Amino acid sequence: MRAYERTGVLSPTDLVLPTKQQLEKGVAILECVQEIPCNPCVDACPVHAISMKDINAPPVNDYEKCTGCAKCVGVCPGLAIFVVKQQGTKALITLPYEFLPVPSPGDVVQALDRVGAARQQATVKKVVKRGKTMVITVEVDAAVAMDIRNIRV
Amino acid sequence: MRIQSHPILDFQQRKKLAFSFNAQPLVGEQGDTIASALHAAGITTLTHSVRYDSPRGFFCGIGKCSSCLMRVNGIPNVRTCIAPLHEGIRVETQGTYAGLPDAEFQTHSKTTIRVDVLVVGAGPAGLCAAVEAASQGATVLLVDENPSVGGQLIKQTHKFFGSKKERAGTRGIHIATELEGELRGLEQQGHVRVMTEATVIGCYERRAEHHRFGVVQREQYTSYLYDVQCRAAIIACGAMENMVLFPGNDLPGVYGAGAVQTLMNVYGVKPGNRVLMVGAGNVGLIVSYQLLQAGIAVDRVVEAAPIIGGYHVHAAKLRRCGVPIHTSHSIKEVLGDDKVQGAVVVALDEHWRPKPGSEERITCDTICLAVGLTPSTRLLAQIGAHQSFIPEAGGTVAVHDQHMQTSIKGVYVAGDASGIEEASTAMIEGKIAGLAAAVSLGRTKNQKLLSQYHRDLEQLRAGPFGEKPRIAKTKITQLAEVPHARV
Repeated sequence: MRAYERTGVLSPTDLVLPTKQQLEKGVAILECVQEIPCNPCVDACPVHAISMKDINAPPVNDYEKCTGCAKCVGVCPGLAIFVVKQQGTKALITLPYEFLPVPSPGDVVQALDRVGAARQQATVKKVVKRGKTMVITVEVDAAVAMDIRNIRV
Repeated sequence: MRIQSHPILDFQQRKKLAFSFNAQPLVGEQGDTIASALHAAGITTLTHSVRYDSPRGFFCGIGKCSSCLMRVNGIPNVRTCIAPLHEGIRVETQGTYAGLPDAEFQTHSKTTIRVDVLVVGAGPAGLCAAVEAASQGATVLLVDENPSVGGQLIKQTHKFFGSKKERAGTRGIHIATELEGELRGLEQQGHVRVMTEATVIGCYERRAEHHRFGVVQREQYTSYLYDVQCRAAIIACGAMENMVLFPGNDLPGVYGAGAVQTLMNVYGVKPGNRVLMVGAGNVGLIVSYQLLQAGIAVDRVVEAAPIIGGYHVHAAKLRRCGVPIHTSHSIKEVLGDDKVQGAVVVALDEHWRPKPGSEERITCDTICLAVGLTPSTRLLAQIGAHQSFIPEAGGTVAVHDQHMQTSIKGVYVAGDASGIEEASTAMIEGKIAGLAAAVSLGRTKNQKLLSQYHRDLEQLRAGPFGEKPRIAKTKITQLAEVPHARV
């Protein structure tokens, strides 16, 4: 049994992590590790970086091809895709958000990790509407880039 | 308590409707059911236990459980959870015995309807069956008990999984709208007739390519009887939420998770302010997340199994909002005398037995049970379709072949009524049943499309989460090959 099957929380060992260079470019981290029948992320990717052996296989992102455009973030039905881009000591996290109120660029919000704990304050950089899903980019410290996966406004 | 704002849904200001409850004047809204209007007014006790006289509220919210039966304009046993609210109606709680109606009865003679295919249930399976059969040239009558079509899709605010073909990435509520659009198009062309607020009360005659069903349609509080004569019937009447045993499980405030989803996402009414969710399958996880979206706190999710049964991505969404999920935990009892005021949860050992001393009291006003579903098969049983208990299908189901035909020629089954699964597979099963019926009636010969649907279904079931339905459907279709003694 993997720990996430009991806790619902992934650890870095469950994921294929990008290299430092890839992180600096900005890439999509697909936090979708189970075999479930779903593939909209493959269709959404404009550079064909995301692939799947078949519809049940977990998606694989080719970090070399991925441009970090975040098209997949607002499409994933499981809200399981996050774009991480490291910029020196800071990092930009792009995440899906389906709550009210919707923040605006410049707002300071709480940055939450995978168990919903507030880790630090984050500044909202960008808000894009994808249907009713908001795709929000926040700036946090680079040290917590692989932990921050939600915000509280 | 009405939901004022919501990230996914728009609850517009609707026309106010005045009505009375036990002589007390109340106001509901256009589009409410009687039960949703009562909930919005804070009234959750709708009935009383016949045996213990203890208060009860509705459990299922979709017209199946009988915990919402009330007297409306003098008519007893009205299912208030699916009966639309009308201006000026008189709603009353019933005594131990419902009493005879004191309403005036109007007599109407029955009306005969002749169609190729009768489809019972307008959820994902039934809608797809009706659209498919009608597009292939069959004439179709689609009947549903609810005021609107769409079944449980109309409360699914999340995006669906699957591939483009299964409308992946589209929210369930929008899939319902799309399917209804196709249905209404066929209705305008005269291929389909849609009857809502109508119940198929039974099958009264069956011969080869000639089945007769009684259908009662309600218009406000007048009923009309129809004699429906069809060449084929597709039964897609869904499923019913399971109950678990613990003291206080019938108190107002204990709901099926789907009932709460209906109340908040269809009618815009909050069930309470703080919820304990029992069950971490996809329903429990998804409804918990939707409770948060409606501005309702979720104390925790308890799951008796040692692992989370639903998709990890749904669990992850909840966890990063700060909601704990406790596996190997269950509910022991409800706290409160006439409404839920809390609960005791308990840890379970490896044999699923409560661990003494591990009890924890929590404060909540709502308890949601998401502990599985049971196929609704009573109509199929009445028709006389051969049934079998298949644990992997969620209970007793009608044995059917791969084209969804039951042991009775011309009677098909589709969706959750044929074994518990997902809406996406229910839609394909509906298409298969609709197409197979049209083929058998000679309306089309499109075997190629039928094979395509079978491949689509196989693909959706190929992963580890498709294992249970895969086993269930293998058992069911194998049973269908065995000739059964006919009574």
